[in-house]
Amino acid sequence: MMMGGQPTLAAYLILGAILFSIGVVGIFLNRKNVIILLMAIELLLLAVNINLVAFSRYLGNLEGQVFVFFILTVAAAEAAIGLAILVVYFRNRRSINVEDIDELRG
Amino acid sequence: MWVFDWLNAFPPLLVYLIIPLAPLAGSLVAGFGGWKLQEQAHWAPLTGVAVSFYLALAVLFQTLNGVDFYGNIYTWAVFGHLQVPIGFDVDSLTALMLVVVTFVSLCVHLYTIGYMHGDPGYARFFSYISLFTFSMIMLVMSNNFLQLFFGWEAVGLVSYLLIGFWFQRESANVAALKAFIVNRVGDFGFLIGIAAIYHYCGSLDYRTVFAMVPHLVGQTVEIIPGHPWNVLTWIALLLFIGAMGKSAQVPLHVWLPESMEGPTPISALIHAATMVTAGIFMVARMSPIYEQSATALTVILLIGSITALFMGLIGLVQNDIKRIIAYSTLSQLGYMTAALGASAFSAAIFHLMTHAFFKALLFLAAGSVIHAMANEQDIRKMGGLRKAMPITYITFLIGGLALSGIPPFAGFFSKDLIIEAVGISTLPGAGWAEFMLVAGAFVTALYTFRMFFMVFHGTPRMDPYTRDHLHESPWVITVPLIALAIPAVYAGWAYIGPVGLGHFLDSSLVIAPQFNTIGEIAAHWQGAGVFLVHGLEAWPFWLAVAGIVCAAYFYAWNTGLPEWLSRILSPAVWLLESKYGFDTFNNTVLVRGVVQFGRLFWHVGDEKLIDGLMVNGTAFGIGKLALSWRRVQTGYIYHYAFAMIIGLILFMTYFVIWKG
Amino acid sequence: MIITTILFYLFSAILLGSATAVITARNPVYASLFLVLAFFNAAALFILLGAEFLGLILILVYVGAVMVLFLFVVMMLDINLTRLKEGFLSYLPLGLAIAILGVLELAVVFWTSPLGHIPAPGPIPANADNTRALGVLLYTHYLYPFEIAAVILLVAIIAAIALTLRRRQGTKTQSIAAQMAVRAKDRISLVNLRGPEQ
Repeated sequence: MMMGGQPTLAAYLILGAILFSIGVVGIFLNRKNVIILLMAIELLLLAVNINLVAFSRYLGNLEGQVFVFFILTVAAAEAAIGLAILVVYFRNRRSINVEDIDELRG
Repeated sequence: MWVFDWLNAFPPLLVYLIIPLAPLAGSLVAGFGGWKLQEQAHWAPLTGVAVSFYLALAVLFQTLNGVDFYGNIYTWAVFGHLQVPIGFDVDSLTALMLVVVTFVSLCVHLYTIGYMHGDPGYARFFSYISLFTFSMIMLVMSNNFLQLFFGWEAVGLVSYLLIGFWFQRESANVAALKAFIVNRVGDFGFLIGIAAIYHYCGSLDYRTVFAMVPHLVGQTVEIIPGHPWNVLTWIALLLFIGAMGKSAQVPLHVWLPESMEGPTPISALIHAATMVTAGIFMVARMSPIYEQSATALTVILLIGSITALFMGLIGLVQNDIKRIIAYSTLSQLGYMTAALGASAFSAAIFHLMTHAFFKALLFLAAGSVIHAMANEQDIRKMGGLRKAMPITYITFLIGGLALSGIPPFAGFFSKDLIIEAVGISTLPGAGWAEFMLVAGAFVTALYTFRMFFMVFHGTPRMDPYTRDHLHESPWVITVPLIALAIPAVYAGWAYIGPVGLGHFLDSSLVIAPQFNTIGEIAAHWQGAGVFLVHGLEAWPFWLAVAGIVCAAYFYAWNTGLPEWLSRILSPAVWLLESKYGFDTFNNTVLVRGVVQFGRLFWHVGDEKLIDGLMVNGTAFGIGKLALSWRRVQTGYIYHYAFAMIIGLILFMTYFVIWKG
Repeated sequence: MIITTILFYLFSAILLGSATAVITARNPVYASLFLVLAFFNAAALFILLGAEFLGLILILVYVGAVMVLFLFVVMMLDINLTRLKEGFLSYLPLGLAIAILGVLELAVVFWTSPLGHIPAPGPIPANADNTRALGVLLYTHYLYPFEIAAVILLVAIIAAIALTLRRRQGTKTQSIAAQMAVRAKDRISLVNLRGPEQ
């Protein structure tokens, strides 16, 4: 793992992969709680961001960071709208249990 | 002739065109204006047919002077190399047919005015019979096979309409369908024959085809490999199948007796002038083809003679006056067909002509009787009508004598000529054919005079009310009877020379030297008088006289004898009453077979395979699939998320393992 | 440079630990606080990688704005936590299996492909200006995507407001338009108190 006294790119990528997996497990565990679901999604995005920044550094290309910037923007927008929907939903149903949301059931 | 001289001012083509178009115009006026014209609807068709008759006479005189016409008027359609023109071939044969057709049709039109008076379908009826006349004229005047086929089919169509004229009656509808379907069978052969002609000759024009015929002699075709068949024989036989349908030859004769379901004027028109004569005319017209095939001629000869004898026998056991005449028509058509087989085309046409007159006469007289009897057709309920209906009686007697072949009436000359020609013929089977035709003469006289005596002589057997109201028919009915009786008397001895022996028709017919029966008779011809005297010494005459005497004895003097005879001969009577089982065979084997076949396809093919499996099966299957697959759609967001994640992992696995 | 490696493992360990705490915490408030911790460590990792601007942005935007939003929502809503935790672990085996499979596959890819063997770049020069370089890139080459990102944020603002906005009944508000449009006869109406003539 120690190359030139610095962590390798693989170390960062593995870190991203593990963080991504934690986010996936989070979705499986907190399937009923929309707030934590949103947080798990933030974790997934964070994992992607770590990958992008690591690539940017190790390949010497700044454009990876530009994309992180855009992902942060979109993630912020997504979180804002997601929470707004959650608030409206709670106002109507008095609950944020995902199992109550099954209007689409076939 | 001076009455036709003024026509010379017009182009001949116009005259030819008006002959078919006048009845068509009459038909259209009566058909489309009938709702308004009502009881006056007969004027347009009557005028049309009268004009047609007048012009036909003019054309006949023209052809007597040797003026023929052959040419196209209008190109109907062009398919590649095939041109379909509308054209006329006006020669002596056509002219003669035109006169016969229009004359009988005119009489029938006139007669119909009285007969159909008060019927709700009065205008419709006139429209139909004029259309019938038009169709037959087109058939007769055609100069190509397709136009012939048009007329052929048009005649079949109108006969369907007319036989089913009283469409409220189920039996009439059944009879009309039967006539149509049986004719379809014949037309199928006819159509294949026309197709074969086009295939081998490349044209449908009469003269082009006839010019090609000598090149086809000896050419063969192998439909079943290893069995070469003579092309001309097959063309001739296929065309003859069409003629068998139209001219009601065994075994396609079954529709003709049923056609009696139509009003009586139709029976006269179908049996005398149009429809049934189409087949005879067609074979005569195609004489260049038929003369090249001894096989086809033999088949025609035997089928004709079988029809002549055995259909006549059925007539002996019928009790419906119209059906007896219908079976006599079948029998006489058999004579004509036999004459065709013996290459005595002119004799066939001659018999066709005389038969047209006396058969129309008999039918119209029968119609007159039925009219007087208030629509009773069973001869067992008639009798003694002689006093009440003298004109009908006399004309019926003339028709009966002519039909039985008693000299000097018309039928004697034409029938004797046919029997003599068949006797001379050297075709295989000609001896049997002659025997059947001679025997037929006895049978003809027997059933004709059985009917005659049972209707007009003996004790009246109708109910008292009908007996009190017996009356002679009005002039519109009796005038056609008299008009038809005149040629039924004199047409025989007057025309046997020019028509029967073929000098007049020579230009239209082609007769091979080895089959030239008529030529042989003509070589010894010493005039009608000698022919008559000679005929008095021959079998047919004495058999006919014997038939009349038997009929008189059985049905006028010793009326108990027929019943005793029928008891003794009950198996034969049963055979005749079941009409040799043709109908039974058709109904049980063909009709039921087709119905079973259709039902099989209906239940298995349509209901199960197409509807059940393909149409409804698809819908049902998709419904079932959707019903089970909708459970996938739980509506829970996390299930969709799981699906996405698992899908992603599967993709990753795929790429790592197989693409990595 | 050993210190960099030590810091990487330290921050990574705290990041993974707090991320695990996020998804397992019983109380959403704790979860969002752990998420804040995770973001702090991620920001530290960004700075280790020389992306100071993004690291700071992560702290400012996520910790300062998004996470506060989460906390607001969590505290505003009266959530029945016990019901939400029912069957918490029932999908754990499936989730773990998938997560481990994913990590293994990615690891295989990293170690077998040339990606994992890219040598570490040299140390970051002392005068390197990450913020400036990123700014140059954003305002030149990525100007249009940058504007689109701004529009996305605007849309998100409008959507969030439109979704949550509601008008309460009975609140006292002033309608300027109605005040300006008023007429004299709308103010006074004369009534005949005597009633119709007898």
